[in-house]
Amino acid sequence: MSAPLLRVEHLGMHFGGLKAVDDVDLDVPEGEITAVIGPNGAGKSTFFNVVSGFCTPTTGRVALNGVDVTGLAPHRIARLGVARTFQTTKLFPEAEVLDNVIIGRRQHTKSNVLDAILRTKRLRTEAAECRERARQALEFAGVLHLEALPVGSIPQEARKRVAIALALVAEPQLLLLDEPAAGINEEETSGLTALIRKVVESGIAVCLVEHKMRMVMDLSDRIVVLNQGKKIAEGTPEEIRGDPTVIDAYLGGSSHA
Amino acid sequence: MTLFLQQFVNGIALGSVYSLVALGLTLVYGVLKVPNFAHGALYMAGAYVSYVMLTSFGASYIVAMAVSVVVLAVLGGSMEWLVFRRLEGKTPVHSMIAALGLLFFMEGTADVIWGPTFRQVPTPFDGVVTLLGVNITEQRILVIVAAVVTMVGLYLLLKRTLVGMSIEAMAQDREGALLVGIDTRRVALLTFAISGALAAVAGSLIAPLLLVFPNMGELIILKAFVIVILGGMGSVPGAILGGYLLALAETMAGTYVSFAFSELIAFGLLVLVLVIRPTGLFQKGV
Amino acid sequence: MRLPPARGVALSLLLLTAILFPLLVDNPYLVSVVITAYVTAIAVYGLDVMLGYTGELSLAQGGFFGIGGYSAGILMATYEVSFWIALPAAVVMTAALGYVIGLAALRTRGDYFAIFTLAVGVMIVIIIERWEGVTGGTDGLIGIPPPSSIGPLRFDSLTAQYYLVLFFLVLTIYVVWSLVNSLVGRTFVAVRNSEELARAVGIDAGKTHQLSFVISAALAGLGGALYAVFLGYIGPAMGGVQMTFMMLVYLMIGGVASLAGPLVGTLLVTGLMQFLQAFAEYQMMALGPILVVVIIFFPKGLAGLAKLLPERWRR
Ligand SMILES: Nc1ncnc2c1ncn2[C@@H]1O[C@H](COP(=O)(O)OP(=O)(O)OP(=O)(O)O)[C@@H](O)[C@H]1O
Ligand SMILES: [Mg+2]
Repeated sequence: MSAPLLRVEHLGMHFGGLKAVDDVDLDVPEGEITAVIGPNGAGKSTFFNVVSGFCTPTTGRVALNGVDVTGLAPHRIARLGVARTFQTTKLFPEAEVLDNVIIGRRQHTKSNVLDAILRTKRLRTEAAECRERARQALEFAGVLHLEALPVGSIPQEARKRVAIALALVAEPQLLLLDEPAAGINEEETSGLTALIRKVVESGIAVCLVEHKMRMVMDLSDRIVVLNQGKKIAEGTPEEIRGDPTVIDAYLGGSSHA
Repeated sequence: MTLFLQQFVNGIALGSVYSLVALGLTLVYGVLKVPNFAHGALYMAGAYVSYVMLTSFGASYIVAMAVSVVVLAVLGGSMEWLVFRRLEGKTPVHSMIAALGLLFFMEGTADVIWGPTFRQVPTPFDGVVTLLGVNITEQRILVIVAAVVTMVGLYLLLKRTLVGMSIEAMAQDREGALLVGIDTRRVALLTFAISGALAAVAGSLIAPLLLVFPNMGELIILKAFVIVILGGMGSVPGAILGGYLLALAETMAGTYVSFAFSELIAFGLLVLVLVIRPTGLFQKGV
Repeated sequence: MRLPPARGVALSLLLLTAILFPLLVDNPYLVSVVITAYVTAIAVYGLDVMLGYTGELSLAQGGFFGIGGYSAGILMATYEVSFWIALPAAVVMTAALGYVIGLAALRTRGDYFAIFTLAVGVMIVIIIERWEGVTGGTDGLIGIPPPSSIGPLRFDSLTAQYYLVLFFLVLTIYVVWSLVNSLVGRTFVAVRNSEELARAVGIDAGKTHQLSFVISAALAGLGGALYAVFLGYIGPAMGGVQMTFMMLVYLMIGGVASLAGPLVGTLLVTGLMQFLQAFAEYQMMALGPILVVVIIFFPKGLAGLAKLLPERWRR
């Protein structure tokens, strides 16, 4: 039996006394959408930060395809096939949409300073290839028509799609999406839902953090629920929907009162 | 033992000045997150104002210092009002470059007015007090006492007055301060004014012990940065403690090792901090 | 990347002017002023690589300029090494030192980085001044010979020296241009725009900063070495913080992150300062506020203004 794409064991991330992530076990299998949900401050973003290397966990380990990657720098983890977006949609400001996405391909290129100065064939081929891939990713995300605009001037929904294109251009195995549908309307959300489904169909596993339950229920193969850093439930959308501990967590335990 | 005590007193006097300079720097950093490279020039200007008052106007030492404090408070405040306020929302690099512009403006102006010559500043406190076999000039005693008085005053200002509390609140959380209705611009202006006043006290106190010249602030500002980084950018106790510690380390090293070595201590510390803990020794990590 | 034809023509014209300049202007003083501006501009390009494209303010640039100058000067004046060996040696030396300093300095970013590099700059001057046996202390180093001739090419005339410096300037601009318009330059800019996002897309931000810093130091070293050789002299002031400040003024007036900015700014300000020799005393007093005004009102400098103009005209 082969190891799952992402396996997280006994993962803990403590900030001083605060256990933002507390002893979490989780698998993300290939070709599926795994959602991580939970109330505000549950530790979802922190979980992503640990998996993508931005935080070194206090306890536990992270493995990709059975290889331990705990504590590796973010750029190393990215190069191992993990792409991510950020909760507050991050793009490179002061740059055009296409330029934004081109840089996402840099990790697959080898051109260095000498290539640049001597304008070698390698540099030219790689630059052309990056541009081509970037345009493909933009097309995939449905925003190719915006390629020449500065990112500051495009609407919120488009920004979210560009951010996904930027993540996809690297051809990752695993895509971590942190609240991709925050701050956009119903219609835009269903458009984005379709895009994410398309991503999975192209063979990329997705780990999704989202508060919009309709989207989560529509998309997910499995759902993991975090509360105060701890995993409190795990299962299919149907199982989670009826789980009293989950309802409790979302209501802040007030049903006991 | 006498030598040690002697150097200890000298170190405390020097440390008083270091601490005052570092305090102004750290207050401004705390509130505006601007490393004010021009702060050393404020200290220089403070020394010159006292020098002019003493030599050209025949003012008494205390009056000279008071005038210097007022002038520099105004100068510090106008820096914020004319320059840094207009850079709000831009990157820190913008503010840093502006601060460098101000630094060279003030040094250039001092150079035009007074020339590059080193000036001796007279003091009425030129007597010597002997205590336990240690000779202490009255000026050094004045430096130490005045610095402590200033620091206590600053402490009371920060902890007991509304203005001071707004400064502290803003240093901790700028957005939060804005939300609870603090006029952040006024606080920024006041912080700069206070920082100018502190620089004036430091410059006026040290002037009779050292010489006054246009670039006199360049080395001390670097040391103040080292102190502030060691003590944690924005931390008041850190600046005071760091100032005294660095000055003592320097005087002791100058006495028992060599002068050249003492000059390297500050830089050595800076490198050490960066290698061990780039965010500052007493600051919480991110 | 190919240049649009209009820019190609403009560039060729500029280059032609630069080539004809010493033949048309029969004024050795003016030629030497332009030589000084050219060598300084080389270091300003270095400053721009770090500040404009990578987004970090390095205040050790003057120090690196001094190190380049002293390295070349000491090799040539004291050890009688040929210019053609001393120059690359000086550049390598400065770059290597930049690498080592970068290892510590680049553990920080932003204001801490600026403070640390400022301290490095001051330290470099102190070392130059104290290490009298080697550097000549505060008196500086005199008697640096002009470049030795290669075959029939002699470099003892001012005009020949002008062309040599022009060659290195054009080389610098070419190198910076090709870096900026390559994947490497894109990487610098990505790190400037958002280091966090750059890391998330697989860019080694630490290595990128280090590379930019080394290139920046190498260009300062090249400028400094040429400066020392063409003046025949170098003193501690040339490695000082004031030198860094001047470079910053040139860069900000010309415009950061623009290809022409460093050269235009340096030529313009050094040129003006020559015209206003009578007011040399007031130089710093005036440049300080000018820098502040530029930063507040024209943060992109002349290059930024030039970009705005055509848009206005089109309307
Ligand atoms: N770098 C940090 N230092 C200290 N505490 C942190 C840090 N990052 C996150 N936390 C804390 O960890 C807890 C979990 O935060 P996290 O952002 O992971 O929650 P979340 O589940 O993503 O919430 P939301 O749904 O609001 O995005 C919070 O209490 C937060 O304040
Ligand atoms: Mg979150």
